[in-house]
Order: sequence, then structure tokens, then C-alpha cells
Amino acid sequence: MPTFDEFAPIGALLILSVVMVALITIISRLFGPYRPSLRKTAPYESGMKPIGPAVRRFPVRFYLIAVLFILFDIEVVFMLPWAVVFRQLGLFALIEMVIFIAILLVGYFYAWRKGALEWE
Amino acid sequence: MVPLWMYLFVAAALFCIGAYGVFARRNAVAILMGIELMLNAVNINLVAFWRYQTPFVMSGQVFAAFVFVVAAAEAAVGLAIIISIYRNRRSVIVEDVDLLKW
Amino acid sequence: MEFNIHSIVFLIFSVITLGGGLGTVTSRNLIHGAVYLIVSLFGVAGLFILLSAPFLAAIQVLVYIGAIAILIIFAVMLTRSMTRMTEIYNRQWSLSLVVSALLFVLLLVGIILPVWGPGTANAALQPSELVATTVDLGVAFVDGNQFVLPFEVASLLLTAAMIGAIVIARDRD
Repeated sequence: MPTFDEFAPIGALLILSVVMVALITIISRLFGPYRPSLRKTAPYESGMKPIGPAVRRFPVRFYLIAVLFILFDIEVVFMLPWAVVFRQLGLFALIEMVIFIAILLVGYFYAWRKGALEWE
Repeated sequence: MVPLWMYLFVAAALFCIGAYGVFARRNAVAILMGIELMLNAVNINLVAFWRYQTPFVMSGQVFAAFVFVVAAAEAAVGLAIIISIYRNRRSVIVEDVDLLKW
Repeated sequence: MEFNIHSIVFLIFSVITLGGGLGTVTSRNLIHGAVYLIVSLFGVAGLFILLSAPFLAAIQVLVYIGAIAILIIFAVMLTRSMTRMTEIYNRQWSLSLVVSALLFVLLLVGIILPVWGPGTANAALQPSELVATTVDLGVAFVDGNQFVLPFEVASLLLTAAMIGAIVIARDRD
């Protein structure tokens, strides 16, 4: 399994990070003194005061930005394998990617004109 | 080596868990999460069959990549619909959205 | 099947995937459900690596965990739905449990075990040692004889989804 062997360091890193986090949490839970007070349990200890609960409704702007991000994220993901073989295939691959991006640019300009890219 | 049927077993179990989420949950966002689980089960199947049956043809991986695209488009539009429903009816419980059911 | 490191890793990722899936459909708080969904998607990424598809595993982490799960969390926050924690299941939840279990049994006994299960001719099938790299995937996407048209149509789908999401989700005022 060649791929499996290649990913062995990442697996080791994963195991190490899980073990470390578990170890540190358990040690501090076991040996640390726990005397909570109102100030200590505040979300930002000795920082700014929270101005309201975190569960209030968010404005829809955040969602539109996230949607634009996800779609262009997918576009870049498709560009990566294209970029790897670009030298092999030459002009044909270039024209293809120009068409691909041109179609997506239509959506981009639509988002631009509709003001989805502006915050206020 | 792990035989092919064990991958299919995991994928079938994940698909049925997702289907249960779609059938039984009331919240529309939770239903969408169930759909994501089902799409992932399909992806496991596609890649497993590609690996064991036709590793010379890339169609399995390409299909899986297109499932990613469809999942992203579906999540974007589906969640937009849910937000729009919430704005108009102040609810994301699917039983409350019954204007067309007389 | 002998117990080597490969099968142990497969077992771990399967448990992560299925446990995350169960957590997703049973958790009351939708934010917790979304976090369980991320765990499950991560398990699927591990299965992709076991199947020698590292590029798909990278897409899984980038697109699913990095984007779709975040989008779902945004939608949960936007709809304030996690404050409604009473009655997460509808009236037909017991029936849907039976139907899902029956579907699983049907898939298992009807399709997987007789055709690809242990003891059948397909069980001896081995995954090839051939490594498919990102180059092969790229050639499949842009080679004129393979998947060019679906590749371009994917871009059309993304544009349609973008315009649709903007039209539907945007505030009127």
C-alpha cells in the first residue's frame, strides 16, 4: 500500500496530538485546583465584557460570504489537477480552463452587481 | 488487506444512518446533514469500487469529485432556502411549512 | 482477513465515521450535530486514504470540513434553531427507524453478502498496487476523450448555485 505508507507520518502526528491533548486535559483536571468564580468563568477572562449571548441571530451577510467562498473553493480544487497536467496537454487544456472560468465569472459579476460582495 | 465488502458494509451503514436522519428529524438543517451523510456513503462506494474493480479508469474518482460539486451546490441552495423559509415563517421545523398541504 | 496495521486503521476510521454519523442524527443541539458531522467526514477522509485516493481525501478536508460544515454551522446560527431543543424527532421516528434498519438488512443480505461477501468469487478481489496520482485525475478531467464536458457542466452548476443562493438568501431591504 504505497499511499498508506506515505501517510504514516500524518497518522503518527494525529495519534500524538490526540494523546497530548488527552494527557494535558486529564493532568490538569486531576491535579489542578478548581475554584470557579463569576469572573474566572467569564468568556473572556480579564478581557472585554460580552455584549450579549452568543446564540443571537447572525446577519445574513455572513451566509452570502460563506456561499461565495464555498463555490470559489470548489473552483480552485478543480484547478489543481488541471495545473498539474497543464504542461502535458498544452493549448487544449488552457482553452478548457478559460471556458470553465468564464462561466464562473458570469456568476461572479452577478454577485458583484447585486452587491453581495459589499458589507454594508 | 481489507476486503471490498467491508467498505461496502461501512458505506451501507452510513447511508442508512443518514436516511434515518432524513426521515425522522424535524429540523430542516438536520435533514440536510443527513443528506450529507448519505452523499458521503455514496462516495465511499464509488472510490472503493474504483479501487477494487477498475483502477485503470479514473471514472470512480471523477464521479466522486462531481459528487463533491453537487454536494456543495446542494448545500448552498438548500441552506439558502431554509434561511428564506425561516425569514418568512419564523421556523425551520419542516412540519410547520405546510402551506401547500391542505 | 488477517489482522495487520491496515485493517486496524480501517477499523478505527470506520468507527469514527459511523459514530460521527450516529451523533449527527441523534444530537439535540444542532451545533453539536454539526461537530459530529465534521468527525464523520474526517473518518471518510481516512477511508479515502486507505483506498489510495489522497487527492479526494484532501478535497474532503478542504471542501466538506472546511466549507460545507462551516456553511451548515452558519445556517444553524442564522436560524437560531438550536434554542428549540424540544422534540427533535417527528411523529414517524419509530417507523423510520424500522425502515432504515430494514434498508440496511436489505443492502447487506440482498446485495453485499451474496455478491461481494466472504466466500464469493469477488471476495478474493485485491486492490491493485497501481497508484493513481493527481496527474491521472487531471488528465481524466481535461483529456478530450474523457470527462471534459462534465468538467465544464460542473462550472455551470456552480454558477447556477451561486446565483440561486444569492437570489434566495438576500434580504429584500
